[in-house]
Amino acid sequence: MSHPSAVRIFLKTIVARAFPRFVGSYRNRTWIVTETLLPLIGTIAMIYVYRALHAPARYLGFVVLGGVLLAFWQNVIWAMATQFFWDRGQGNLELFAMAPTSLAAILLGMALGGAYLSLTRAVTVLIVVSVLFGVAYSTSGILPALGVFILTICALYCLGMLLASVFLFYHREAWHLADALQEPIYFLSGFYFPIRSLGAFVGGVGSLIPLTLGLDAIRQLILPGTPQFIPLHWEIVAVVGQIVLYAVLSQVSLRYLERRARQDARLILRST
Amino acid sequence: MDIAVETRALRRVYKTRSQEVVALDGVDLRIGRGERFGVLGPNGAGKTTLIKILVTLLLPSSGAAFVDGLDVVTQFRELRHRIAMVSGGENVGFGMLKVKEQLWMFSQFYGMPSNPAKRRIAELLERLGLSDAADRRVSGLSSGMRQKMNLIRGLITNPRILFLDEPTVALDVGAARDVRDEVRRWMAEDASRTVILTTHYMMEADELCDRVAIVNRGRIVAQGTPSELKQQVQQNAIVDIQLSPGRRLLDALREVDGVAGASVAEQDGIDRFTLLLSSDAALGGVMRIVEGSGREIRGLQKREPTLEDAFVKLVGRGMAEEEQG
Repeated sequence: MSHPSAVRIFLKTIVARAFPRFVGSYRNRTWIVTETLLPLIGTIAMIYVYRALHAPARYLGFVVLGGVLLAFWQNVIWAMATQFFWDRGQGNLELFAMAPTSLAAILLGMALGGAYLSLTRAVTVLIVVSVLFGVAYSTSGILPALGVFILTICALYCLGMLLASVFLFYHREAWHLADALQEPIYFLSGFYFPIRSLGAFVGGVGSLIPLTLGLDAIRQLILPGTPQFIPLHWEIVAVVGQIVLYAVLSQVSLRYLERRARQDARLILRST
Repeated sequence: MDIAVETRALRRVYKTRSQEVVALDGVDLRIGRGERFGVLGPNGAGKTTLIKILVTLLLPSSGAAFVDGLDVVTQFRELRHRIAMVSGGENVGFGMLKVKEQLWMFSQFYGMPSNPAKRRIAELLERLGLSDAADRRVSGLSSGMRQKMNLIRGLITNPRILFLDEPTVALDVGAARDVRDEVRRWMAEDASRTVILTTHYMMEADELCDRVAIVNRGRIVAQGTPSELKQQVQQNAIVDIQLSPGRRLLDALREVDGVAGASVAEQDGIDRFTLLLSSDAALGGVMRIVEGSGREIRGLQKREPTLEDAFVKLVGRGMAEEEQG
């Protein structure tokens, strides 16, 4: 019997799984409030903190760029890493698993669909807050910063794929795990302050999260005077390394999950 | 016989920290290509475990299973192109999608080209009387419409073997009939297609299946055509007795000399007992037990055996009774 090639199925799966998220964005418009207005409030609150402390102008830029990348981190945690857990409860996961597609393609589809909303949120925060508070960026660094941003997002979504299978092993605790990770990650990634402030050891631990070094590199590129954590080129090399590392680990982890799931019925089946 | 599904000494054990539960215990099955094969059994009998192994979602603990000639353990990737499964009470997909969008999405996981997939979806929606709901959101469907949509999901990819796990559970009579009609029609289109169906509904199995296997406590206790199974109780007298509510009688009735099997189901406040008697003479003993219980007889009929009666005889109790625990 001839079947569509694995590559074709992989690509079609990505598009098909992204589709409900695209559709959801115009059929359920509450996201306009939750993905733009609310994050703006949070970012602006931090701007006022720095203003009250008479911090240098570039600190406002730290907050804006942190707010931009925060959007993608939240997407990875809530719309990707925990998604298999919800899909299992609904019975979707067993249908995904018994289709001749791959779970990685399903996850990439989720990520692509979710990234659209995150991008909207990120662009809103970037433009609105920068204009409102007169945040200035170095124009010569914008293109390289865009490149680093893309690398960082790739590394982040590879980590998301890894977390998706890890979270599934945690069963009902996935939600709590995501919740528990939230604040430490905000802190360790330096969303609202330069990572160098944390010192070499804590900053080094925080660097396991792709956002940390990516965000620091972007800041170095477009906010001159950013305290350097490690040299820019090493940060870029590390982010590329994280893409490879998390891509490989996520594939190993998903394969392991698929194998274990066939042994342990509870992993992907709705109920047995 | 050209074999679509074969299992050999199939066994599956679920292990928890404190115990081991044997869900399947040496199941041997041979299902021919083109058959509509029913798997009957009470809750916990192992039906769903059997299906999950055959659709490659679970590994057997031991034994072997082949579907469409492929080993479910080692050749599962190829096999997944050839099969589909639809379960009763499915709530899969995404509520904000339209029916046709959801069906298209699932077709893409099999790599179907978009336009043929859309044409096939339109054709199946028409056949199942869902054309008007094609643009309706999934969240707005009734349970009957939703189950028809689920059936279409299973049929879009033209599987060689379709697994239906309690496909009409909780459906109204009309929706259940539509689902059964479509299964028959789909089978009639191509003689090489095979359906494997698990069900609680004896009438459904009797009406739809060419052959059935009765599973109890992980073992196949009987298999054959519905008529062959009914013949097993042909020599028995089947008596239905309706009694007012009262103290538990089932065990006492089973002890009566000449009672080969007994089951009870409560309906509209009345206990409906079905008794398999090896001879009419056993009825005297039954009546003495009933009179002694003080329960009022609301009805009593002798009738022809059904598949349910065969089930009672083979399993020792009725399906509904098992469900109530």
